[in-house]
Amino acid sequence: MDIQLKRGLLDVCVLAAIKNEASYGYKIIKDMKPYIEMSESTLYTILKRLEVSGMLTVKTAEHGGRLRKYYHITHMGLQRIEAFKDEWKEIMSIYEFVTKEEDDNNE
Amino acid sequence: MSKQEFLDRLRKGLSGLPEYDIEERLTFYSEMIDDRMEEGVTEEAAVGEIGNVDDIVSQIVSEIPLSKLVKEKVKPKRSFRAWEIVLLILGSPIWFSLLIALFAIVFSFYIVIWSVIFSLWAVEVALGACFFTGIFSSFVFIFQGKALPGIGILGFGIFCAGLFILLFFGCKEASQGILLLTKKMALGIKSWFIGKEDVK
Repeated sequence: MDIQLKRGLLDVCVLAAIKNEASYGYKIIKDMKPYIEMSESTLYTILKRLEVSGMLTVKTAEHGGRLRKYYHITHMGLQRIEAFKDEWKEIMSIYEFVTKEEDDNNE
Repeated sequence: MSKQEFLDRLRKGLSGLPEYDIEERLTFYSEMIDDRMEEGVTEEAAVGEIGNVDDIVSQIVSEIPLSKLVKEKVKPKRSFRAWEIVLLILGSPIWFSLLIALFAIVFSFYIVIWSVIFSLWAVEVALGACFFTGIFSSFVFIFQGKALPGIGILGFGIFCAGLFILLFFGCKEASQGILLLTKKMALGIKSWFIGKEDVK
Protein backbone atom coordinates (compact mmCIF):
# COMPACT_ATOMS: atom_id res chain seq x y z
CA MET A 1 0.00 0.00 0.00
CA ASP A 2 1.13 3.57 -0.60
CA ILE A 3 3.10 4.69 2.49
CA GLN A 4 1.39 8.08 2.82
CA LEU A 5 -2.05 6.51 2.55
CA LYS A 6 -1.22 3.79 5.07
CA ARG A 7 0.20 6.32 7.52
CA GLY A 8 -3.01 8.34 7.38
CA LEU A 9 -5.13 5.25 7.89
CA LEU A 10 -3.12 4.05 10.90
CA ASP A 11 -3.39 7.49 12.50
CA VAL A 12 -7.18 7.32 12.31
CA CYS A 13 -7.15 3.72 13.62
CA VAL A 14 -5.30 4.79 16.76
CA LEU A 15 -7.62 7.77 17.23
CA ALA A 16 -10.59 5.42 16.94
CA ALA A 17 -9.08 3.15 19.59
CA ILE A 18 -9.11 6.00 22.14
CA LYS A 19 -12.29 7.65 20.89
CA ASN A 20 -14.69 6.43 23.57
CA GLU A 21 -12.35 6.38 26.54
CA ALA A 22 -8.72 7.11 27.29
CA SER A 23 -6.50 4.11 26.72
CA TYR A 24 -2.90 2.98 27.18
CA GLY A 25 -0.35 1.55 24.77
CA TYR A 26 -0.83 -2.18 25.26
CA LYS A 27 -4.63 -1.91 25.30
CA ILE A 28 -4.61 0.07 22.05
CA ILE A 29 -2.58 -2.69 20.37
CA LYS A 30 -4.90 -5.38 21.79
CA ASP A 31 -8.06 -3.53 20.74
CA MET A 32 -6.80 -3.09 17.20
CA LYS A 33 -5.44 -6.60 16.85
CA PRO A 34 -8.59 -8.21 15.32
CA TYR A 35 -8.51 -5.55 12.61
CA ILE A 36 -4.87 -4.61 12.15
CA GLU A 37 -1.57 -5.86 13.59
CA MET A 38 0.67 -3.06 14.75
CA SER A 39 4.13 -3.26 16.29
CA GLU A 40 5.06 -1.28 19.40
CA SER A 41 7.56 0.83 17.45
CA THR A 42 4.93 1.80 14.89
CA LEU A 43 2.43 2.67 17.62
CA TYR A 44 4.99 4.83 19.41
CA THR A 45 5.68 6.84 16.26
CA ILE A 46 1.97 7.34 15.60
CA LEU A 47 1.15 8.34 19.19
CA LYS A 48 4.01 10.85 19.12
CA ARG A 49 2.84 12.30 15.81
CA LEU A 50 -0.75 12.60 17.05
CA GLU A 51 0.41 14.24 20.27
CA VAL A 52 2.55 16.80 18.43
CA SER A 53 -0.29 17.66 16.06
CA GLY A 54 -2.67 18.14 19.00
CA MET A 55 -5.01 15.21 18.23
CA LEU A 56 -4.40 13.63 21.63
CA THR A 57 -2.98 14.48 25.04
CA VAL A 58 -0.93 12.24 27.32
CA LYS A 59 -1.55 11.92 31.05
CA THR A 60 0.52 9.77 33.35
CA ALA A 61 -1.40 7.97 36.07
CA GLU A 62 -0.48 5.47 38.74
CA HIS A 63 -1.45 1.90 38.12
CA GLY A 64 -0.56 -1.05 40.37
CA GLY A 65 2.41 0.67 41.93
CA ARG A 66 3.90 1.91 38.67
CA LEU A 67 3.23 4.68 36.19
CA ARG A 68 1.24 4.23 33.03
CA LYS A 69 0.62 6.71 30.22
CA TYR A 70 -2.98 7.25 29.18
CA TYR A 71 -3.86 8.78 25.84
CA HIS A 72 -6.89 11.09 25.67
CA ILE A 73 -8.43 12.16 22.38
CA THR A 74 -8.89 15.91 21.85
CA HIS A 75 -11.58 17.80 19.99
CA MET A 76 -9.20 18.01 17.03
CA GLY A 77 -8.75 14.25 17.12
CA LEU A 78 -12.50 13.70 17.00
CA GLN A 79 -12.71 16.11 14.08
CA ARG A 80 -10.01 14.12 12.29
CA ILE A 81 -12.12 10.94 12.56
CA GLU A 82 -15.16 12.76 11.14
CA ALA A 83 -13.05 14.20 8.31
CA PHE A 84 -11.75 10.70 7.59
CA LYS A 85 -15.30 9.39 7.16
CA ASP A 86 -16.02 12.07 4.57
CA GLU A 87 -12.71 11.46 2.79
CA TRP A 88 -13.47 7.77 2.68
CA LYS A 89 -16.74 8.36 0.85
CA GLU A 90 -14.75 10.24 -1.76
CA ILE A 91 -12.25 7.41 -2.03
CA MET A 92 -15.08 4.88 -2.44
CA SER A 93 -16.57 6.86 -5.30
CA ILE A 94 -13.14 7.00 -6.96
CA TYR A 95 -12.85 3.25 -6.46
CA GLU A 96 -16.23 2.77 -8.09
CA PHE A 97 -15.14 4.87 -11.05
CA VAL A 98 -11.83 2.98 -11.43
CA THR A 99 -13.45 -0.46 -11.32
CA LYS A 100 -16.29 0.65 -13.60
CA GLU A 101 -13.70 1.40 -16.32
CA GLU A 102 -12.36 -2.12 -15.90
CA ASP A 103 -15.84 -3.66 -16.15
CA ASP A 104 -16.53 -1.68 -19.33
CA ASN A 105 -13.31 -2.95 -20.87
CA ASN A 106 -14.12 -6.54 -19.96
CA GLU A 107 -17.47 -6.44 -21.69
CA MET B 1 16.06 -12.14 27.66
CA SER B 2 15.07 -10.23 30.78
CA LYS B 3 13.31 -6.89 30.67
CA GLN B 4 16.38 -5.06 31.96
CA GLU B 5 18.60 -6.74 29.39
CA PHE B 6 16.18 -5.73 26.62
CA LEU B 7 16.08 -2.11 27.78
CA ASP B 8 19.87 -1.96 28.13
CA ARG B 9 20.38 -3.23 24.61
CA LEU B 10 17.77 -0.84 23.28
CA ARG B 11 19.49 2.09 25.01
CA LYS B 12 22.82 1.05 23.51
CA GLY B 13 21.31 0.83 20.02
CA LEU B 14 19.68 4.24 20.29
CA SER B 15 22.76 6.00 21.69
CA GLY B 16 22.86 8.41 18.71
CA LEU B 17 19.52 9.93 19.76
CA PRO B 18 18.88 12.81 22.16
CA GLU B 19 18.75 11.66 25.79
CA TYR B 20 15.12 12.69 26.43
CA ASP B 21 14.08 10.78 23.31
CA ILE B 22 15.82 7.60 24.52
CA GLU B 23 14.25 7.89 27.98
CA GLU B 24 10.76 8.33 26.57
CA ARG B 25 11.10 5.32 24.30
CA LEU B 26 12.50 3.13 27.06
CA THR B 27 9.59 4.11 29.34
CA PHE B 28 7.18 3.19 26.56
CA TYR B 29 8.67 -0.28 26.00
CA SER B 30 9.03 -0.86 29.72
CA GLU B 31 5.32 -0.13 30.17
CA MET B 32 4.47 -2.47 27.31
CA ILE B 33 6.39 -5.32 28.94
CA ASP B 34 4.90 -4.62 32.38
CA ASP B 35 1.36 -4.63 30.97
CA ARG B 36 1.95 -8.02 29.37
CA MET B 37 3.39 -9.45 32.58
CA GLU B 38 0.39 -8.16 34.47
CA GLU B 39 -1.78 -10.39 32.30
CA GLY B 40 0.19 -13.41 33.46
CA VAL B 41 2.77 -13.61 30.67
CA THR B 42 6.27 -14.47 31.92
CA GLU B 43 8.96 -11.80 31.67
CA GLU B 44 10.84 -13.79 29.03
CA ALA B 45 7.74 -14.26 26.85
CA ALA B 46 6.64 -10.63 27.27
CA VAL B 47 10.02 -9.41 26.01
CA GLY B 48 9.85 -11.93 23.16
CA GLU B 49 6.47 -10.56 22.04
CA ILE B 50 7.91 -7.05 21.72
CA GLY B 51 10.32 -8.30 19.08
CA ASN B 52 13.98 -8.33 18.15
CA VAL B 53 15.97 -5.41 19.59
CA ASP B 54 18.06 -4.92 16.45
CA ASP B 55 14.94 -4.76 14.26
CA ILE B 56 13.34 -2.24 16.60
CA VAL B 57 16.49 -0.10 16.63
CA SER B 58 16.81 -0.04 12.84
CA GLN B 59 13.11 0.82 12.46
CA ILE B 60 13.41 3.70 14.92
CA VAL B 61 16.59 5.05 13.33
CA SER B 62 15.09 4.90 9.83
CA GLU B 63 12.09 6.94 11.03
CA ILE B 64 14.12 9.65 12.78
CA PRO B 65 14.66 12.70 10.54
CA LEU B 66 18.26 13.09 9.39
CA SER B 67 18.46 16.65 10.76
CA LYS B 68 17.81 15.39 14.30
CA LEU B 69 20.64 12.86 14.09
CA VAL B 70 23.03 15.46 12.72
CA LYS B 71 22.10 17.95 15.41
CA GLU B 72 22.73 15.38 18.12
CA LYS B 73 26.05 14.40 16.54
CA VAL B 74 27.49 17.90 16.27
CA LYS B 75 26.29 18.96 19.71
CA PRO B 76 29.34 19.09 22.02
CA LYS B 77 29.17 16.36 24.66
CA ARG B 78 30.55 18.74 27.30
CA SER B 79 30.91 22.49 27.54
CA PHE B 80 34.18 24.12 26.42
CA ARG B 81 36.87 24.84 28.97
CA ALA B 82 38.15 28.41 29.38
CA TRP B 83 41.50 27.76 27.68
CA GLU B 84 39.75 26.09 24.76
CA ILE B 85 37.61 29.16 24.21
CA VAL B 86 40.69 31.42 24.40
CA LEU B 87 42.48 29.19 21.90
CA LEU B 88 39.45 29.17 19.66
CA ILE B 89 39.29 32.98 19.63
CA LEU B 90 43.06 33.46 19.23
CA GLY B 91 43.14 30.94 16.42
CA SER B 92 40.14 32.43 14.67
CA PRO B 93 42.23 34.35 12.07
CA ILE B 94 43.55 30.97 10.94
CA TRP B 95 40.60 28.59 11.20
CA PHE B 96 38.01 31.13 10.17
CA SER B 97 39.84 32.05 6.97
CA LEU B 98 40.44 28.35 6.24
CA LEU B 99 36.73 27.68 6.71
CA ILE B 100 35.83 30.53 4.35
CA ALA B 101 38.36 29.21 1.81
CA LEU B 102 36.80 25.74 2.05
CA PHE B 103 33.33 27.13 1.44
CA ALA B 104 34.67 29.24 -1.42
CA ILE B 105 36.18 26.15 -3.07
CA VAL B 106 32.96 24.17 -2.80
CA PHE B 107 30.98 27.16 -3.98
CA SER B 108 33.22 27.85 -6.99
CA PHE B 109 33.08 24.15 -7.88
CA TYR B 110 29.28 24.46 -8.09
CA ILE B 111 29.55 27.66 -10.13
CA VAL B 112 31.91 26.02 -12.64
CA ILE B 113 29.68 22.98 -13.09
CA TRP B 114 26.57 25.06 -13.54
CA SER B 115 28.35 27.47 -15.93
CA VAL B 116 29.05 24.53 -18.22
CA ILE B 117 25.39 23.59 -18.15
CA PHE B 118 24.40 27.21 -18.70
CA SER B 119 26.68 27.62 -21.74
CA LEU B 120 25.34 24.38 -23.22
CA TRP B 121 21.81 25.72 -22.98
CA ALA B 122 22.99 29.08 -24.37
CA VAL B 123 24.32 27.30 -27.49
CA GLU B 124 21.00 25.46 -27.70
CA VAL B 125 19.06 28.74 -27.63
CA ALA B 126 21.41 30.25 -30.22
CA LEU B 127 20.84 27.29 -32.55
CA GLY B 128 17.10 27.69 -32.15
CA ALA B 129 17.41 31.39 -32.99
CA CYS B 130 19.53 30.53 -36.08
CA PHE B 131 16.83 28.17 -37.27
CA PHE B 132 14.05 30.73 -37.00
CA THR B 133 16.12 33.57 -38.47
CA GLY B 134 17.32 31.30 -41.28
CA ILE B 135 13.80 30.34 -42.29
CA PHE B 136 12.60 33.93 -42.02
CA SER B 137 15.48 35.51 -44.00
CA SER B 138 15.36 32.80 -46.67
CA PHE B 139 11.76 33.82 -47.36
CA VAL B 140 12.82 37.46 -47.53
CA PHE B 141 15.55 36.58 -50.07
CA ILE B 142 13.25 34.42 -52.18
CA PHE B 143 10.61 37.15 -52.08
CA GLN B 144 13.19 39.64 -53.36
CA GLY B 145 13.99 37.29 -56.24
CA LYS B 146 17.38 36.14 -54.92
CA ALA B 147 16.56 32.43 -54.98
CA LEU B 148 20.06 30.98 -54.64
CA PRO B 149 21.14 32.73 -51.41
CA GLY B 150 17.61 32.18 -50.14
CA ILE B 151 17.84 28.40 -50.55
CA GLY B 152 21.35 28.45 -49.08
CA ILE B 153 20.13 30.19 -45.94
CA LEU B 154 17.12 27.88 -45.74
CA GLY B 155 19.52 24.92 -45.79
CA PHE B 156 21.59 26.50 -43.06
CA GLY B 157 18.45 27.07 -40.99
CA ILE B 158 17.42 23.44 -41.28
CA PHE B 159 20.97 22.33 -40.41
CA CYS B 160 20.71 24.43 -37.24
CA ALA B 161 17.36 22.82 -36.47
CA GLY B 162 18.98 19.38 -36.70
CA LEU B 163 21.78 20.41 -34.36
CA PHE B 164 19.18 21.97 -32.07
CA ILE B 165 17.33 18.69 -31.70
CA LEU B 166 20.51 16.66 -31.20
CA LEU B 167 21.94 19.04 -28.65
CA PHE B 168 18.64 19.22 -26.77
CA PHE B 169 18.98 15.60 -25.65
CA GLY B 170 22.61 16.20 -24.75
CA CYS B 171 21.71 19.25 -22.66
CA LYS B 172 18.91 17.39 -20.91
CA GLU B 173 21.10 14.41 -20.03
CA ALA B 174 23.92 16.67 -18.82
CA SER B 175 21.58 18.73 -16.62
CA GLN B 176 20.02 15.62 -15.08
CA GLY B 177 23.44 14.09 -14.52
CA ILE B 178 24.73 17.19 -12.76
CA LEU B 179 21.57 17.38 -10.66
CA LEU B 180 22.08 13.76 -9.58
CA LEU B 181 25.72 14.47 -8.81
CA THR B 182 24.73 17.47 -6.68
CA LYS B 183 22.25 15.34 -4.72
CA LYS B 184 24.82 12.59 -4.21
CA MET B 185 27.33 15.10 -2.95
CA ALA B 186 24.81 16.45 -0.45
CA LEU B 187 24.07 12.92 0.75
CA GLY B 188 27.79 12.23 1.02
CA ILE B 189 28.20 15.26 3.25
CA LYS B 190 25.29 14.05 5.43
CA SER B 191 26.66 10.53 5.85
CA TRP B 192 29.97 12.07 6.85
CA PHE B 193 28.11 13.64 9.78
CA ILE B 194 26.25 10.64 11.16
CA GLY B 195 28.19 7.57 10.04
CA LYS B 196 27.27 5.04 7.38
CA GLU B 197 25.09 2.73 9.44
CA ASP B 198 22.53 5.39 10.34
CA VAL B 199 21.86 6.64 6.81
CA LYS B 200 19.97 3.65 5.43
